Amino acid sequence: MTHRDDSATKSYWRANLQLLAILMSIWFAVSFGAGILLRDFLDRFMIGGYPLGFWFAQQGSIYVFIVLIFYYSWAMHRLERRYALDDDDESEATGEGASQ
Amino acid sequence: MSTQMLIYLFVGASFALYIGIALWTRAGSTSEFYVAGGGVHPVVNGMATAADWMSAASFLSMAGLIAFMGYDGSVYLMGWTGGYVVLALLLAPYLRKFGQFTVPDFIGTRYYSKVARTVAVVCLIFVSFTYIAGQMRGVGIVFSRFLEVPVDLGVIIGMGIVFVYAVLGGMKGVTYTQVAQYCVLIFAYLVPAIFISLLVTGNPVPQLGLGSQVADGSGMYVLQKLDASLVDMGFSAYTASTRSTIDVFCITAALMVGTAGLPHVIVRFFTVPKVSDARRSAGWALVFIALLYTTAPAVSAFARLNFNETINQTQYTDAPGWFGNWENNDLIAWRDKDGDGAMDVAPGDAFEGAPAYTEERGEHGERMLSNAPAEGANEVYVDRDIMVLANPEIANLPGWVIALVAAGGLAAALSTAAGLLLVISSAVSHDLLKRTFRPGITEKGELLAARLAATAAIVVAGLLGIYPPGWVAQVVAFAFGLAASSLFPAIFLGIFTKRMNREGAIAGMVSGLAFTFFYIAWFKLWNPAANVPENWLLGISAEGIGVIGMLINFAVALLVSRVTAAPPAEIGELVERIRTPRGAAAPVEH
Repeated sequence: MTHRDDSATKSYWRANLQLLAILMSIWFAVSFGAGILLRDFLDRFMIGGYPLGFWFAQQGSIYVFIVLIFYYSWAMHRLERRYALDDDDESEATGEGASQ
Repeated sequence: MSTQMLIYLFVGASFALYIGIALWTRAGSTSEFYVAGGGVHPVVNGMATAADWMSAASFLSMAGLIAFMGYDGSVYLMGWTGGYVVLALLLAPYLRKFGQFTVPDFIGTRYYSKVARTVAVVCLIFVSFTYIAGQMRGVGIVFSRFLEVPVDLGVIIGMGIVFVYAVLGGMKGVTYTQVAQYCVLIFAYLVPAIFISLLVTGNPVPQLGLGSQVADGSGMYVLQKLDASLVDMGFSAYTASTRSTIDVFCITAALMVGTAGLPHVIVRFFTVPKVSDARRSAGWALVFIALLYTTAPAVSAFARLNFNETINQTQYTDAPGWFGNWENNDLIAWRDKDGDGAMDVAPGDAFEGAPAYTEERGEHGERMLSNAPAEGANEVYVDRDIMVLANPEIANLPGWVIALVAAGGLAAALSTAAGLLLVISSAVSHDLLKRTFRPGITEKGELLAARLAATAAIVVAGLLGIYPPGWVAQVVAFAFGLAASSLFPAIFLGIFTKRMNREGAIAGMVSGLAFTFFYIAWFKLWNPAANVPENWLLGISAEGIGVIGMLINFAVALLVSRVTAAPPAEIGELVERIRTPRGAAAPVEH
């Protein structure tokens, strides 16, 4: 168990929560928002032969979900590097306990 | 070579492949049996997760359901994919860092309580068995339709195959078998879909085809034409909703959160080496799942359009060949109510209940039924599953494509069944035996117990497949509703609040579970006659009530934890530890 600098861990966690809040809002907006609640309004617009709300419900939201997960993975990796909490060198013996 | 021979060849070859892989990768330790030693590459794990997740229902039934539900079918598409965002962002990395074998492991340790662990085991077993009964039935149905063996024999063959690779191979064998199964099932799904899309729109990409113009020179878009033809026949438009907005909202949410709380999905993220791999792996899983899930709505719309155009008001004697084939397989029926020899498709049932065929043939050669005719003009009964199964024939594809679909349907059912069997067996051998009743058991003894538990689970699952209780189809809502209302909040609160304690978590799980269970049971089992929107709480159907159960769970847990003692100090340290990604060693006994 690592007891590294407490304030660093705290601000890492805060940054993570902030990122989660943003990404989960997008997750909500494309599925429950565009695909369900605002569907009638969006259906007035078309992309190709798809009414826009219908497209979000059956296609678009799924594509956005994929982007969200990969973006989170990338952003967290960057964040963890900044706080030296990443698991890149996991197999080496150095990481754990070095800062204890 | 005849189509029948091709089917035997394809199915036989795919089975030989699965068993070969299982023997090659058989598990030697409990760690390999439960989590494949924690060394699976994230892309490989993503593919295995996709196969694990996509069941016979996804492969065979979903497109057909959407074809008949139209926009309302979106709940499955969004619900069963959006859950992966919840999983990847809120659960998987932390559970991987926690680094043990099972979901009850986490709940039992985080809430320092055997009671909490046991409640979690009960939820897990109930959810998994509800799910698995449907899979074994799916195996039996594919066998009987394509291999011309009785359903029961089909179930037994399926049990035998799963036995070999789940019991011997454990998670390690299952993981690599599932990769092969994913390849088989996605190929089998995409090939007919691409051809149908070409046939209807001239565009080979189904996702684009659904937004294109119909290739009949009319200049109409697929969805426009489908809406017009359905409205013309008296149905509501394909792109319109027939459910209330709140119900669609709640069903989608229950499916999403339920997906994230399903134990056989969560446990897959224990198998990758690192926390960052768990995040990436969920992304890959969704890529592989989305390949099928974005194709399905296109297949649905094309199939429905095709059905309307070729069947409605066509003389029975002029019906396309597949109509008769599937009528002979009990999946289609026609009852000439107005005696004009034409097949009229309209809203409502053609007759009362499921088709009961007699031995006789009618004057046009159709199979006669003993069912009483229902009110209304509709004369055609169609089993929803036919939409995927009949696709190759509708598109006039060669025999090998039909054989491929048979192998794909079996791959989908078997991979999900194996994943479920593993979580059941690990819950019994690890959580109940090792952690609760017999802590002194040796590694070898535990591995043996895991194999015995898997064997017992296969037998029970097979029996459920051969003698399906009438309620199986009625209670699929249970699996998602219960996972959403019991396991998800307990895991989520365990990660994101340090203050959540044993008392709060148990009270929350029990109240969320009890509420959801009784609501679903009331409308699905005890009083199905009352299952109409006017009687529903806030207009939310049994399928969507898991969301309310989840909110109850959250509320009760937070309230109870406020008024009871804070968790011990070491729990705070545990939560700190799972929140930082460094140091997720391979899962070890502690």
